[in-house]
Amino acid sequence: MSGPSSMRTPLARVRNLGSSHSGTKDFWRQRLTAVAMTLLIVPVLVVVLMLGRSNQAGAAQTLGSLPIAIIMLLFIIASTWHMKIGMQIVVEDYVHSEKLKLACVIANNFFCIAVALSSIYAILKLSSGV
Amino acid sequence: MTARIERPLSPHLQTYRVTLTMAMSIIHRATGIAMYFGTLLVAWWLIATASGPGAYAYVQAFTGSIIGKLILFGYTWSLLHHLVSGIRYFFWDLGYGFKPNEREALTWGAAIAGISLTVLVWIIAYAVGGPR
Repeated sequence: MSGPSSMRTPLARVRNLGSSHSGTKDFWRQRLTAVAMTLLIVPVLVVVLMLGRSNQAGAAQTLGSLPIAIIMLLFIIASTWHMKIGMQIVVEDYVHSEKLKLACVIANNFFCIAVALSSIYAILKLSSGV
Repeated sequence: MTARIERPLSPHLQTYRVTLTMAMSIIHRATGIAMYFGTLLVAWWLIATASGPGAYAYVQAFTGSIIGKLILFGYTWSLLHHLVSGIRYFFWDLGYGFKPNEREALTWGAAIAGISLTVLVWIIAYAVGGPR
């Protein structure tokens, strides 16, 4: 950028290089998804316990019914988002090699998105009845 | 590349006496990591239900086995422990519960609640017909 002969003042050089005020984005979303799951855990447990003794046809009918499908979808979105943030924090804490860290963060994103989308797809398939 | 300077490292885990909150912090992470991979079971269950009776029978064979039940029990505890342990963090995020006695009470409470809720859920599960 600017060498020692630059006419720019020190202040001008550092302007816009500071905080973007988005550094707490993951912290906030981790709490947001945690609150969501705290509210959803009782209905989700009730659904899972209801399905304990049912066969495939019964489970398909229950999971495909509108209120239960919505509860499950909300929980899937909150949990996969929450675990993506959590695993990234674990990786950033313990993986010190830059390249391996990058590979782990990419793999983490792929894994969480794959789990989320396949679960969401299954619920939507059950809801539409195809 | 800049030259690597051999600086002294900060003390790590082995330097510290194990405390209750430290152990719970580690368990919180461990249960989180366990559930991360456990979501594969949830996804498998949902996909199998959407696929048909054949695929569903494999899930039932798994959940009906001893190993399957042990994994499900562990999953239930991980989930409920992580939940109540996580509720502790809400208190701390809001600025409450930092006094030594409050801190210990919250942590003991979460550890006991996690186990109690797990047992309660499994009692209900067997009362309504049991997992197959």
